[in-house]
Amino acid sequence: MRTLHTFHGGIHPDEHKLESSRLPSARAPLPQHLLLPLQQHIGTMPKAVVQAGDKVLKGQLLAHAEGTISAAVHAPTSGTVQSIALHAVLHPSGLPEQCITLIPDGEERWIEHAALDYRSLAKAELLEKLRDAGIVGLGGATFPTHAKYGVQQGIQTLVLNGAECEPWITTDDRLMRERAAEIVQGIEVLRYLAQAAETLIGIEDNKPEAIAAMRQACEGSAIEVIAIPTLYPSGGEKQLIRILTGKEVPSGGRPHNVGVICSNVATAYAVQRLVGHGEPLISRMITVTGNVKTPQNFEVLIGTPIEDLVRLAGGELPGSTGYIVGGPMMGLETSDSSLPVVKGSNCIIVKSAKLFPAPDPALPCIRCTRCAQVCPANLQPQELYWFAKAKNLGKAQSYHLFDCIECGACSYVCPSKIPLVQYYRFAKSEIWANERDKEAANLARERHEFRLMRIERDKQEKAEKLAQKEKAAMAAKAAAAGVDEIAITVLREQVREIAQTKE
Amino acid sequence: MFSPFISNATSVQAIMFRVLLALVPAIAVYAWYFGPAILVSLTLASVTALATETVMLKLRGRPVMPFLGDNSALLTAWLLALSIPSLAPWWLVVVGTMFAISIAKHLYGGLGNNPFNPAMIGYAVLIISFPAYMTHWVAPGGLGQASMTFAEQLGYIFGGRLPSGITLDAVSMATPLDTLKTQLHSGHAMAEVMQMPIYGQLGGHGSEMVALAFAAGGIYLLASRIISWHLPLTFLLTLFATAGIFNLLDPAHYAPPLLHWFSGAAMLGAFFILTDPVTSPTTVRGKLIFAAGAGFLTYIIRVFGGFPDGVAFATLLMNLCVPLIDAYTQPRIFGQPGKSGQKGKP
Repeated sequence: MRTLHTFHGGIHPDEHKLESSRLPSARAPLPQHLLLPLQQHIGTMPKAVVQAGDKVLKGQLLAHAEGTISAAVHAPTSGTVQSIALHAVLHPSGLPEQCITLIPDGEERWIEHAALDYRSLAKAELLEKLRDAGIVGLGGATFPTHAKYGVQQGIQTLVLNGAECEPWITTDDRLMRERAAEIVQGIEVLRYLAQAAETLIGIEDNKPEAIAAMRQACEGSAIEVIAIPTLYPSGGEKQLIRILTGKEVPSGGRPHNVGVICSNVATAYAVQRLVGHGEPLISRMITVTGNVKTPQNFEVLIGTPIEDLVRLAGGELPGSTGYIVGGPMMGLETSDSSLPVVKGSNCIIVKSAKLFPAPDPALPCIRCTRCAQVCPANLQPQELYWFAKAKNLGKAQSYHLFDCIECGACSYVCPSKIPLVQYYRFAKSEIWANERDKEAANLARERHEFRLMRIERDKQEKAEKLAQKEKAAMAAKAAAAGVDEIAITVLREQVREIAQTKE
Repeated sequence: MFSPFISNATSVQAIMFRVLLALVPAIAVYAWYFGPAILVSLTLASVTALATETVMLKLRGRPVMPFLGDNSALLTAWLLALSIPSLAPWWLVVVGTMFAISIAKHLYGGLGNNPFNPAMIGYAVLIISFPAYMTHWVAPGGLGQASMTFAEQLGYIFGGRLPSGITLDAVSMATPLDTLKTQLHSGHAMAEVMQMPIYGQLGGHGSEMVALAFAAGGIYLLASRIISWHLPLTFLLTLFATAGIFNLLDPAHYAPPLLHWFSGAAMLGAFFILTDPVTSPTTVRGKLIFAAGAGFLTYIIRVFGGFPDGVAFATLLMNLCVPLIDAYTQPRIFGQPGKSGQKGKP
């Protein structure tokens, strides 16, 4: 038995997993239209390579990755590109983003694609394939997978995240139960990339069927499936690494700093679709649950509107009050059911006042430190709140604001019902904005100083040129006139002076 | 609305209510041994606290209802009423409570922002301004030279009238801690003092039962996770250890540690006053330092200071240190170099 480690704090919210995990997953039918934001990952926005009116095939490249931290976007089905335009997307800022609207033709005609013999590929080539297939971390952070596996060096442990610690979400659970063999094939590819000595899959012990399925699929391989105690947020990357290996990702660092690399099981599945079938990332498993008739998991094309999925789950029950995309601890709320699901969307929860009662108005913090007791980063949330509220950003940073993983455990237990995480997000964005402003100001100052310097230099150069010109003119004059004439002039002057004094 | 969308928090109102609830057994025992006058001062303090809270909230332009319902003013009122003699004139309770709520709480920014425990500020103001009235503790049943009916007590509290033939000294008496101090001072040995009828098995006759009831309420708060063990246990252990050392060195002149536990406000302080989250440190190590300091100071003030009990001043002195303690006891955060602070490390 492997010794498991613990992290500080954590909470036990009601799981609400059985609602959606009982039914097998189903494939969602083609929607009327697909809306594909270009920016579905952390990093630079990919560049669209199609135009409105283009006919595209299923799996065809729509936008290619720009730079190292970027990922491509592909057509989830065959059809016509209707437009490339700004459209509302699911983002806390509410700002619209560039989206490709695709009208399916219903034929599902694939581009040419074939399985890869990845072992014959050099690592760099395989990473390029991942990038061009648009594969990103599907646990929620959507960090491009090729970039993650590109930087590692001396990796001892590959950790697969099947913890799925957020309440209500069951996509990884169903995926592991139903497609364990494919996931393990994907993991083998990741092992090949990471060259890790050991490979561990962490699954919370509230998913016994998934654990059993994965254990069976891993039999005979070097991959170890580990049941971990159910405790939110054990699925946080740093927390899971700590539980399984005892190592702590350093503050401000990344897992590879301690020789670990971590991917979600759903990402491994996406890698298998690429390597085993040549398919780019165009679909994913999504839980549709909450105030719907039949909560269930669906394999959904990226870009499908929320409303289509809610309809698939039997439709909204009376009393619905909006949608949470993601889990109830870290998800985003929207009232717009026309928004599409993207690569990072793992769950749609239809809200109701009964399931998600509106919080009481916030009271002042009474420093009870229940937040500090549950903080998985062992921060002092009450101090961070104090500093964020006072806009004392320097202090907030020195109390390790940026080690906050925004898991929401602090707000969950706060007797004063303070939306703590909102304050931390606000403080972080203020700090980022300040840094951008500072950089911009520095740049402007440098430019200004350079301009002054250039003007000064030009002036000097001009003056020098002028002086030289005058000197040259004088010299030329002198040379032309000869020395005698000057002597005569001098004599004439002297004579005139003498005459004047005599008068 | 923003994530998280779920909560299992016990509200501030509920926390304060449970603390009030935990005081009820001690109030009942108090009334049993010392008469119902305590219920009068509790009521007076409560009404004054709620009225002052309302006025202050209005003056500060804050919404009245959410704050008036948070039970925090009520808790301050009860703690103060339990700290002063029940047979005190009505205005003493009113002045103390008004000062606690208006000056010590609201002028510092209201709920959550006061650096000092408001009830202890109220107590300190009263004992410094009206020391004579603060010594008229009702003698426990049967120990006074005379006793008053409830109606007579009301007459004294609200009108200052004593029944004919009864003096205040006849119905009141010094507290066990006060008696101990004066007796030891006048040259009596510990064993001799303990023979006096006002002492019971653990502390003062009657008051030891009240202290036990406070402890019972405190254990309820611990069990229901309203408070953590750090503050009460460290405070009581430090008080015990300090008293124990002096008692071991010179048992004739220094009271045994159990007497210190069950006399005065030790139990009230340990479970209900030090544990005020607003005025105590937030870090675990900070809590240990704070409570140890309060325990030590309580003993020093009791034995060597000018006041019979030391809990209030020890609390206020340690309240003063909280920002410093917090700043210097920040825990190691996840992923920081240094000793791993995680529990359950194999």
